[in-house]
Amino acid sequence: MRHPAGNRLAGLATVLFAVAAAWTPARGDAVSSDGRIHVTYWDKWISGYEGNAIESTVAAFNGSQDRIVVDYFVTSQIDRKTIIATAGGVPPDVAGLWAQNVSTFADAEALTPLDGFIRDDGMSNGEWLARYYPIFAAICQHSGHVYAGISTPACMALYWNKTLFREAGLDPDRPPRTLAEFNEDCRRLTKRDPRSGRLVQVGFLPQEPGWWPWAFCDWFGGSLFDGHSVTFATDPRNVDAMRWVRSFTTENGLDDVKTFSSYFGQFASPTAPFFTGKIAMVFQGVWYDGYIAQYKPGLDYGVGPWPEAVPGVGDFATAEADILTIPRGARNPRAAWEFIKYVNSSNPRARTRAELQGAELLDFLQEKLSPLRVWSPYFEQHHPNPNIGMFRRLAASPHIVCIPDMGIWWEYYRETISTLDKVRLLEATPEDALRYSQTRLDQSWARYLLSLRRHGQTLDPTQIAMP
Amino acid sequence: MNRIEWRRFRAGIAFTGLWIVGLGAFTAWPVVASLYYSFCDYSILKSPVWSGLENYRELIHDDLFWKSLRNTLFYAGLSVPLGTVVALSLALLLNCEVRGRSLFRLFFYLPSIVPMVASAMLWLWIFNGQYGLLNWVLAPILAPFGLHPPAWLADPLWAKPALVIMSLWGVGNAMVIYLAGLQDVPRELYEAAAIDGATGWRRFWHVTLPLLAPVIYFNIIMALISSLQIFTQAYIMSEAANGNGTVSDGNPARSTLFYTIYLFTVAFYDLRMGYASAMAYVLFVITVALTWLATRIARRRMLNLD
Repeated sequence: MRHPAGNRLAGLATVLFAVAAAWTPARGDAVSSDGRIHVTYWDKWISGYEGNAIESTVAAFNGSQDRIVVDYFVTSQIDRKTIIATAGGVPPDVAGLWAQNVSTFADAEALTPLDGFIRDDGMSNGEWLARYYPIFAAICQHSGHVYAGISTPACMALYWNKTLFREAGLDPDRPPRTLAEFNEDCRRLTKRDPRSGRLVQVGFLPQEPGWWPWAFCDWFGGSLFDGHSVTFATDPRNVDAMRWVRSFTTENGLDDVKTFSSYFGQFASPTAPFFTGKIAMVFQGVWYDGYIAQYKPGLDYGVGPWPEAVPGVGDFATAEADILTIPRGARNPRAAWEFIKYVNSSNPRARTRAELQGAELLDFLQEKLSPLRVWSPYFEQHHPNPNIGMFRRLAASPHIVCIPDMGIWWEYYRETISTLDKVRLLEATPEDALRYSQTRLDQSWARYLLSLRRHGQTLDPTQIAMP
Repeated sequence: MNRIEWRRFRAGIAFTGLWIVGLGAFTAWPVVASLYYSFCDYSILKSPVWSGLENYRELIHDDLFWKSLRNTLFYAGLSVPLGTVVALSLALLLNCEVRGRSLFRLFFYLPSIVPMVASAMLWLWIFNGQYGLLNWVLAPILAPFGLHPPAWLADPLWAKPALVIMSLWGVGNAMVIYLAGLQDVPRELYEAAAIDGATGWRRFWHVTLPLLAPVIYFNIIMALISSLQIFTQAYIMSEAANGNGTVSDGNPARSTLFYTIYLFTVAFYDLRMGYASAMAYVLFVITVALTWLATRIARRRMLNLD
C-alpha cells in the first residue's frame, strides 16, 4: 500500500509532466484534427489588388494539394512582430519580410536556413538559385546560406509625366538618356509662379520619394560596401552623387525647395506630387503603374530605365523584394517550405490564366514581374502591366543593384538618409556629410563583427551575396 | 497577526493576486531584466553576453545619443512651461462666469482626446509650408517686413518648434485638472482680498497661485515626464513630412530625432537590446533627476508663497 503523500506526489508529477509536454514545441509538423497541417503565414498585404493577389495565391496553393492548409494573417509592422514572436517562441511558420531584413535577421539567428529543404528536394543551392535573375538570387542569400524565397520582386525605373514634358517643349516620348540630358530636362521642367516667384513645378527632387537615398551612389558608379569595409565616403563617386543631390538645392534656392517640398502628400493617394503634377520625373517601382491607375487614372506617363550617369552603363536600376522566410522555432517548417517552394516556382507552359501557378500567379495579380528567369507564354504576353517587358529587361541587366549584404544595413540606411538630408539642406558639404557617416559606420561595423565573434559567429567575406 | 487579520490578508491577496502576478511578470521582471541586459551584448534571440560597462561607455561617445538628448531637452524646455501657461490661462478663463461656459470647456478639452495619429495627420497639413493654414495666416503678417513664414516640418530649424506648437493642442487634460483645483479655492479668500483692495492680478498672485501650487507642481511633473518620452507625433510627422517612409530618423536632418525614437530604432531595427536598455536606464535617471529638481524648486517656491 502506498503512502497518501506519495500518491499526491505522483499525481503532482503527472500534472507537471503533462503541462511540460504541452509546452514543449513539436519536433515535426503538427497535423491538426482535420488531418491537415495548418501553416500560419504572416504578411503585410492588407487589401486592394495586392492583398487580393496574395489571398488568391494562398487559395491556389491550398487547392493544389490536400496535406497543407496555409492560414494567411495580415500583419502590420511585420518585421518587428516577427522578431518578437520568434523571441517568444511562437513565431509564424512563414513570415513575409523585406529584403533588408535578411542579413540582420539571419545574423540574429531569427531565420531557418532553407539549404536543408532545398537539398532534401534533390537540388543544390546553386541549382535552386540559378532559376532566379541574379539580383533576386542575391537577395535570398546571406553568408553562404539561402534564407528566403521571393514573394514580390521589384525593379525601380524612371517615370515621367508626358503632359509636363509636352508643356515644356520636350519630346514626351523621349525620356532623358544621359545624366546631362536629365539635368537639362529638369531645368526646363522647373516652373515658378510669375507673381510670387515661388516654385510651382520641378523636374525632379532627390528627396521624392526618398526611399532609396543610397541608390544615387550606385547610380554614379560608386559602392557602399566592398565585402570587408564600408566605402561610403572613401569611394569618390559617392561624393559626386552627393554633389549632384546638392545641385538641386543650389539651383532652385534653399528656402524655395523647403517650402515647395514640405509635405507633398501621401504616396498612396491622389495628393502624391507626381500625380498632382508638382514633380515631372520620379524613380519608382514596378508597382507604380497600379497606383497610377488607382489614384490618377488617365495620367499620360512613360516608364524607362535610369539615364546613364556613367557613360556606357545602360539599363541601370535598383531592385528590392518582399521575401518569404521561416522564422526559427516555427512549428511546421517542412510544410512552410512547401508553400515557399510553391510561391517560388511556376508553370512555364501556362497558356491560360487558369494555368498560372506560384510566382507567376502572385506577380500577375500584383502586376509585378516574376523573379524567375523563365516566364510562361501567358505571363509574358497577357501581363496587365504594359511596361513589364522593360522591367524584365532591367531585372536581367548586369547593372542592376540592390542593398549590400550586411547586418548593419538599417543603421547604414539611416546614415544615407541623414547624409542626403544634410547635403540637400546645405547643412554640410558632401565630403563632410559622407565622412561623418563613414566614421559612425566604421565603428558600427567593427562593433557588429565583435558581437558576432562574441556569440561564436563569423562572417566570411567570400560569402557576401553579390548579384 | 490574529485570525481576523490573517483572513483579511488572505482576502486582500486573493483580490489583488492576479494584478500582483501581472505586475511582476509584465512590468517588474522586464524592468529588472533590462537593467541586467544594459550590461550585456544582447539582441533578443541570442544569449546575452556580459560586456560590463561597454554600452554605457559607448553612449558617452555616441553623437546621436547626445543629439537626441539635446533635441528632447529642447522640446521639454519649451513645451512644459508653454503648456503650463496655456493650460492655466485657459482654466482661469473658463472658470469665469460666462454664458456657454460648459460648451467652451468642452471645445477646449476635445482636442486632447483626439487620437495622436489623427492629430498628427491634421497638423501635417496645418504646417504645410505652401498650403498650410498656419502659413496662410502668417504670410500676410510677415509680408510687409519682407519675410516669409518657415517651411516648419521640412526645415531643421523649425521642425522642433512646430512640434512644441502642436503640443499645445493637447493641454485639455491639464486644463481640466487646473479647473478642478480652482474650484477648491475658497471664495472667502477672494472676498477678503477684494475688501483689502487687491486687484485681479494681485488676487491671482497672492491667492490663486499659492493655493494652486500643488496642482501646478503635479501637472508640471506629469508634463515633464511625458515630454521626455515624446514619440508618436514626432515619429509620424517627421516621416510623413520628409519622405523616407520606411524608418524614422528624426527627419529633416535628425532635427526631430528624440531620445525615445533613437532608442526605438536601436532596439527594434538594429536589434541592439542591450544598448537600448542602457539608454532606457539613462533616461530613467534623467527623469528622476529632473523630477527631483522640480520638486526642490517647487518646495522652495511654496515655502516662499506661504
